[in-house]
Amino acid sequence: MINRISTTAVAAFAMLGAGAATAQTLVPSPTLDAIRTRGSLECGVHVGVPGFSFPNDKGEWSGLDVDFCRALAAAVLGDANKVKFTPTTVQQRWPVLQSGQVDLLSRNTTITFSRNASLGVNFQGINFYEGQTFIVRKASKATAAKDLDGASVCVAAGSTEEKNAADWFRERNLKVTITNFQKNDDAIAAYDAGRCDAYTAGVGALAGQRAKLKTPGDHIIMAEPISNDPQGPVTRYGDERWQAVVRWVLNGMIAAEALGVTSKNVDDMRANSKNAEVRRLLGAEGNFGAMLGLSNDWMFNAIKAVGNYGESFERTVGSGSTLKLERGQNALWTKGGLLFTPPFQ
Amino acid sequence: MLRRLYYDARVRDLFWQIAISVGLVALTIFFVRNASQNMVNAGIASGFDFLWRSSGIDVPFVLTSYTASDSIWALFWAGVANTVFVSVIAMVLATIMGFLIGLARLSSHWLLSTAAGAYVEFVRNIPLLFFVLFWYFGVIAALPQPRDSLGFFSAIFLNNRGLTVPSPLDGSVFRWALLAILLAFAAQWLVARWAAARKARTGQDAPVIAAGLMLCLAVPLLALVIAARATGWDMPQPGRFNLRGGFVIIPEFVALLAALVTYTAGFVAEIVRGGIASVVKGQREAAASLGLRPGQILRFVVVPQALRVMIPPMTSQYLNVLKNSSFGAAIAYPDVVSLFMGSALNNTGQAIEIIAMTLAVYLFFGLIVSALMNWYNARIALVTR
Repeated sequence: MINRISTTAVAAFAMLGAGAATAQTLVPSPTLDAIRTRGSLECGVHVGVPGFSFPNDKGEWSGLDVDFCRALAAAVLGDANKVKFTPTTVQQRWPVLQSGQVDLLSRNTTITFSRNASLGVNFQGINFYEGQTFIVRKASKATAAKDLDGASVCVAAGSTEEKNAADWFRERNLKVTITNFQKNDDAIAAYDAGRCDAYTAGVGALAGQRAKLKTPGDHIIMAEPISNDPQGPVTRYGDERWQAVVRWVLNGMIAAEALGVTSKNVDDMRANSKNAEVRRLLGAEGNFGAMLGLSNDWMFNAIKAVGNYGESFERTVGSGSTLKLERGQNALWTKGGLLFTPPFQ
Repeated sequence: MLRRLYYDARVRDLFWQIAISVGLVALTIFFVRNASQNMVNAGIASGFDFLWRSSGIDVPFVLTSYTASDSIWALFWAGVANTVFVSVIAMVLATIMGFLIGLARLSSHWLLSTAAGAYVEFVRNIPLLFFVLFWYFGVIAALPQPRDSLGFFSAIFLNNRGLTVPSPLDGSVFRWALLAILLAFAAQWLVARWAAARKARTGQDAPVIAAGLMLCLAVPLLALVIAARATGWDMPQPGRFNLRGGFVIIPEFVALLAALVTYTAGFVAEIVRGGIASVVKGQREAAASLGLRPGQILRFVVVPQALRVMIPPMTSQYLNVLKNSSFGAAIAYPDVVSLFMGSALNNTGQAIEIIAMTLAVYLFFGLIVSALMNWYNARIALVTR
């Protein structure tokens, strides 16, 4: 009798123990496992927009979207260089992501309802508030989109800009001929050749693509955007833990800027900061990395390698780049922008 | 018993045919089910409901009544119409140009035959994409800016945005004109038949040429003039950026057409040369000794026999033109590939449905071209024997 009770007790303890052990186990993440096995992150980027994702003559990629891939690689693998970039056109991007050829897209992709609902993709936050505008020849004297009545506009087929522009001009009863090219570069080349009076894309993308024109000085980018095109990293449905990793690395970069953590002071901050959120972010306190199945210095590595969001912005598209974009909407909410991050708690 | 069935060729053939058909159907079902299951798992929408969604895509060159507020289904047909339009015109022009080059190659004039030969060699060894891009950027670069448009009678304007022509405010009158023209052509056909039958019966010539001029030239001209007077016209006017009003034949169309014609003509020329060379020399000599003039020899003796050799390879050239028209996507010609597989596919993400439909379009028109050519081939073979 006693024997039986003790057996039951032992069994109960064993089950409790097993239960405690499984509580430590994370929900499986096939994507994270695959990245670790492969030893590199597969990141889908744009085929080439200076400032966002652009390869130099040595084939080294740089840009705001590229920086995010590097930060993610640093967070997951501890090395910002362990990224394989897959350039994708406007049309290739979805199949490439859906089929699992890349782990995420980080390429000037606008968040829209129907993409989220019918393409099987999730958007993990906003890393760039873009607004669609037009580039025109200075000689045309057009300064705002409403001046374009009667003009021809070149655009990339399948982009949000294609539909935006059609809707915008139709709503205002302006007659504009929209010519849809398969690639951004084809549309720019045709605009440059005089086929169109304007080429349309986001303000940021245009600032970068302008450099592709024969005489960039002859063209002017209209200041007033006709739409809001928030852009950010995209993952496919499924594997929620991986989605959380992507989302929180982005949040972490923005939080780092808000908390004053930079690539220069990150060592010092981890060792000496008294701010609890900074300590949690950098792994000095708690085990936030481990909770996502990463090492505890995940954000430390990301910030050390790439910097916080503000550093990345200034280096790639801001004052430290040729694009010279203002922070504008892409400043922190405390500085008049729209960037905001949930707390690291 | 089984042994006997096994060695019976008919039974065995039937067995294998059934087995392969069943296997093929099963395989198709497996793939379709597998794909749709995977798509559901990945959260990707499927089905054909998207066709009724509004498209919101502006198309610069429309032959149907499509506007951006119509459905994706209407966008699909706008694309199909553009594909068929450029293909058919390219087939006709490539045939004419190819015939002339082919004949030039056979000419006894050294310069002519060498130039034609050089053209054929040049064309056949260069990829089509080169032609398309060359013509496109060539056409755009060669034409003036809108403000320096070349005007003809202040009604037709040519610039790098295309050829702008006046468009009728009421298109229905032209439908009547077209009907009248088709009736006139049908009448001419009947007249020609009647005249041929009478000549066979009585040996008398009828004034077929005069009737033909009347029915195929005067009647259409008259019909068009009447139709043109019956409607008002939307005349192109200079605007701030470009001409306003009228119908614009876009440079993408011209460039694609020019590329398809100049490219295909090189192949057609070789087919024509080969066809004519296949008619034995004795035939010509016999015709000449009967007193036929060179033009008559070509028309009555050489070409009818050459046609029989030429038709099958010409069929494949026509099919190539149809398929090659998809190169328009490279230069923003709004064909079915560019509009439907480009814009619509990206807006809906329904790759399998859209690619299957586009495939069906090419298959359908390809089979029509083949059927027409086979019919013509059979007819030629019957007539000459």
